Amino acid sequence: MVNLTVDGKNISVSEGTMLLEAIRGAGIAIPTLCAHEAVSRSGACRLCVVEIKKGNRTRIVTSCLYGAEEGLIVDTKSDRVLNVRRLVMELLLARCPESEVLQKLAKELCVESQARFAADTDKGKCILCRSCVRVCEEIVGVSAIGLFARGSQKTVGTPYNEKSDVCIGCGACVYVCPTGHIEMTSTGDKRKIWGRTFKMQTCTKCGKFFAPVDQLKFISKKTGVPLNELTVCTECR
Amino acid sequence: MKENSDVQAHQVMEELRLNYGPNKKFVTVCAGTGCRANGSLKVKEALEAEIKKQNMKVDVLATGCLGFCEKGPMLIIHPDKYFYQSVKVEDAPEIVSKTVAKGEVISRLFYRHPETQKTLFREEDLPFYKKQLRVVFGQNGMLDPTRLDDYLAIDGYQALAKVLSEMTPEGVINEVKKAGLRGRGGGGFHTAVKWEGVRKAHGEPKYVIANGDEGDPGAYMDRSLMEGNPHSIIEGMIIGAYAVGAHDGYIYVRNEYPLAVTHLTMAIAAAREAGLLGKNILGTKFSFDIKINKGAGAFVCGESSALFASIEGRAGEPRAKYVHAVEKGLYDKPTVLNNVETWANVPLIINKGADWYASIGTEGSKGTKIFSLVGKINNTGLVEVPMGTTLYEIIYDMGGGIPKGRKFKAVQTGGPSGGCIPESLLDIPVDFDKLYEVGSMMGSGGMIVMDDTSCMVDVARYFTSFLQEESCGKCVPCREGVRRMSDILKDICAGKGQEGDVELLEKIATGVADGSLCALGGSAPNPVLSTIKYFREEYDAHIKEHRCPAGVCKALITYSIDAEKCTGCGVCLKACPTQAISGEKKKAHTIDNNKCTRCGACIESCKFEAILVK
Amino acid sequence: MTKAISVATKTRQIVKKHGGDKSAMIAVLQDIQEAFNYLPKEALKTASKAMKVPFSRVYEAATFYTAFSLKQRGKNIVKICVGTACHVRGAAALQDKFERTLGIKPGETTKDKNFTLETVNCVGACALGPVVVINTDYHGQVTMKKIDKIIDKINEGGA
Repeated sequence: MVNLTVDGKNISVSEGTMLLEAIRGAGIAIPTLCAHEAVSRSGACRLCVVEIKKGNRTRIVTSCLYGAEEGLIVDTKSDRVLNVRRLVMELLLARCPESEVLQKLAKELCVESQARFAADTDKGKCILCRSCVRVCEEIVGVSAIGLFARGSQKTVGTPYNEKSDVCIGCGACVYVCPTGHIEMTSTGDKRKIWGRTFKMQTCTKCGKFFAPVDQLKFISKKTGVPLNELTVCTECR
Repeated sequence: MKENSDVQAHQVMEELRLNYGPNKKFVTVCAGTGCRANGSLKVKEALEAEIKKQNMKVDVLATGCLGFCEKGPMLIIHPDKYFYQSVKVEDAPEIVSKTVAKGEVISRLFYRHPETQKTLFREEDLPFYKKQLRVVFGQNGMLDPTRLDDYLAIDGYQALAKVLSEMTPEGVINEVKKAGLRGRGGGGFHTAVKWEGVRKAHGEPKYVIANGDEGDPGAYMDRSLMEGNPHSIIEGMIIGAYAVGAHDGYIYVRNEYPLAVTHLTMAIAAAREAGLLGKNILGTKFSFDIKINKGAGAFVCGESSALFASIEGRAGEPRAKYVHAVEKGLYDKPTVLNNVETWANVPLIINKGADWYASIGTEGSKGTKIFSLVGKINNTGLVEVPMGTTLYEIIYDMGGGIPKGRKFKAVQTGGPSGGCIPESLLDIPVDFDKLYEVGSMMGSGGMIVMDDTSCMVDVARYFTSFLQEESCGKCVPCREGVRRMSDILKDICAGKGQEGDVELLEKIATGVADGSLCALGGSAPNPVLSTIKYFREEYDAHIKEHRCPAGVCKALITYSIDAEKCTGCGVCLKACPTQAISGEKKKAHTIDNNKCTRCGACIESCKFEAILVK
Repeated sequence: MTKAISVATKTRQIVKKHGGDKSAMIAVLQDIQEAFNYLPKEALKTASKAMKVPFSRVYEAATFYTAFSLKQRGKNIVKICVGTACHVRGAAALQDKFERTLGIKPGETTKDKNFTLETVNCVGACALGPVVVINTDYHGQVTMKKIDKIIDKINEGGA
């Protein structure tokens, strides 16, 4: 076990616990946008920053990536921490003015949008948290999407913005997206995502469209289960 | 620990050294990138042809950069060591028949003291060189970087032989620790501490990397070392690898430095051939080899974790470094990453001893540092000085001050992570800690001098715009925050600054510095903060008075013609791309400000300095 | 069609030369660019398959580094150094001049495919500032007047 202090409270957590879990475990709220339980962490959004004190040195760290250490003194509400969080929220609000998720979070954190920042009109609701890219690589295993260019030009999508031939239309990226940026539309036997249209499979029992045929083919190939055994939806199984 | 065969290292070395003899009479021609651009290779060819024509046997060495790039092409004629500057191809016959053959001097080719007009014969007499201590960089002038023999002739690889035959890895680390060597790449981290960390770290294999991704604009000392003395870097790396127990090394070279790649590639091959790299180095049990990786244009790859990603074949995005590279670096294995100049210091420490090395410099910063003195300065070039030399000495004694009698305004150090230092602080001794104290940093050693025609708001805008392009785009504060700072600075330069912008910039700056994932974002606000701190009045002039005092920001200036100075020659009229200038021949011309785009073509073309900028 | 085959074949040769390991991705992309003067889409797709690296990762690397171009480039590549030392010595005015004279912005290629204009954040020849690198030649202390001469010379030589 590791003993540390969070906002004056003594807590102990098992070794290897990240500060984020340690702090939340102690009942203290920490906002996050990019730390999704399904994927590895990148520390991209910087909302979860806390100030730590080791000996005489203090520094700002991202709690989602920093492992709890013996004797660490953590401050989750110091001026520096609140300043970073406020800035991050202001920057994201200006980037994605349409996002209800961000507006709600900003309200919770008592942050208002910064009038001096001209609102972007070309970024949609994407905050570049990379959860979609990670789930596509780490969980689905097809790496259909990626993060292209760099700096303020960075975007998420498929190479050349073209229809990806490796995408299986599973929609895992939509599921992990914290702001609802990724569009997926389903009409009848069609599902549209990342510019590609997928044919949906009907459940042989209930007759509902339940998954893209490409996804079932992918599962069949990976698991060795014949395709015709995968044509029943999870509810009917 | 010591193997019998290790003692042989010295003997093998001696044999290598006996295979050549230094030519007593020879000419060295600077063939650094600067002098090459000025035609130094043609001068070299002309000299060689002339020597052949006159039936002489004299070596002409194309050396690496000699530092005084302002005066290239330059050559040194040995054994008298006469220093000729701004040499032209046409000078070759005379140089060969007089100086090379008979030792007679050609006085027009010597450098003259700018004040006393006295002729100065040798490098060391020149004010540019006089106060320098060129222990690392000085070797450049002694050797042709494509020849291993030349490096051996100046005791090259002697340090390696000593290490392999007499020293334990711990002994090497202790020596470097006693010397007090700190990283020359920017942060100034203690080199021995890194090495010790990797030596003790668990995990195999261990890696040794030289960072030659010299990204700071305005700094080119690493380029000149890689091009001019590649073996010194390689020797340092082998010693470092022995100290930490690594067998694989990488040199990461910037994409823009093709000559450095060529010379390093040749040097590695030659070292391998001579048994200085590869299996069983100098007949010992120690093996180590080096690969070269070329960067592909990304400033952020100067950041260690981004550099590792790039070597691993991916986009150079940094990751949070809560586990240090010493434990998890390249391929998540223990890795020593040192800057090129740091590596070149290592053989010196071993050869001359830690005590000698530690006797140079200041309390906290030992040894020398190479700076590139560029921008608005008379003697542009590379200078190597003991740590603790003042900015004033560098800029005025060596640099010869500001051209055209203009007024010094600031010196920018530390690249995009550094800051602008005003005249009032020119007396500070330059070392890692002092520069940090005044809001800048050492960085890799760029010193860009600015005069009263440089606008400090424009400089801040320049750096934030640089950084928003170079940010990897991973974390929010750096990607979005630097962009917003850049937008506000663009507004200010365009005359659209608002009351409160400076305070807002400061607020964003602290958040970006605290909140960013890596050091690029962490130090990105420095150029903005330091210019606000020392040149606040320029910001106010832009925002409140819509005025650019330095005459740089196009939206805030107008051009006009001084009727008294204008001779009506018509040159500007022809140079103007927008036909904004009119006037009769031999009568003072005028500029139509509605048509003028402030492109500067007229200013460049006017010999009478008649164009006024307000 | 023949061109597509040769791009793929050449790319496979390059991958093979580097041993096929995914750590060689940057070097492979550099060689592809050297061979074709830019990174053709087919080459990236071929490299992705040959090196067993997802196409999205290849495209990430290709778009991350500024040395790579995804668009076909001109016969002559003009690189204006916009490093700090060149900036304080007037690189911005030179950039304007090139843009005016060639009628293109950085990253673009003239219609006759003769010139591509690029900017680079320091070429490390600061003492010569402002510097312009054309193909592999360094031009120091460049002025607007010199630019006209340089372009004329290339146009004459190329024609």
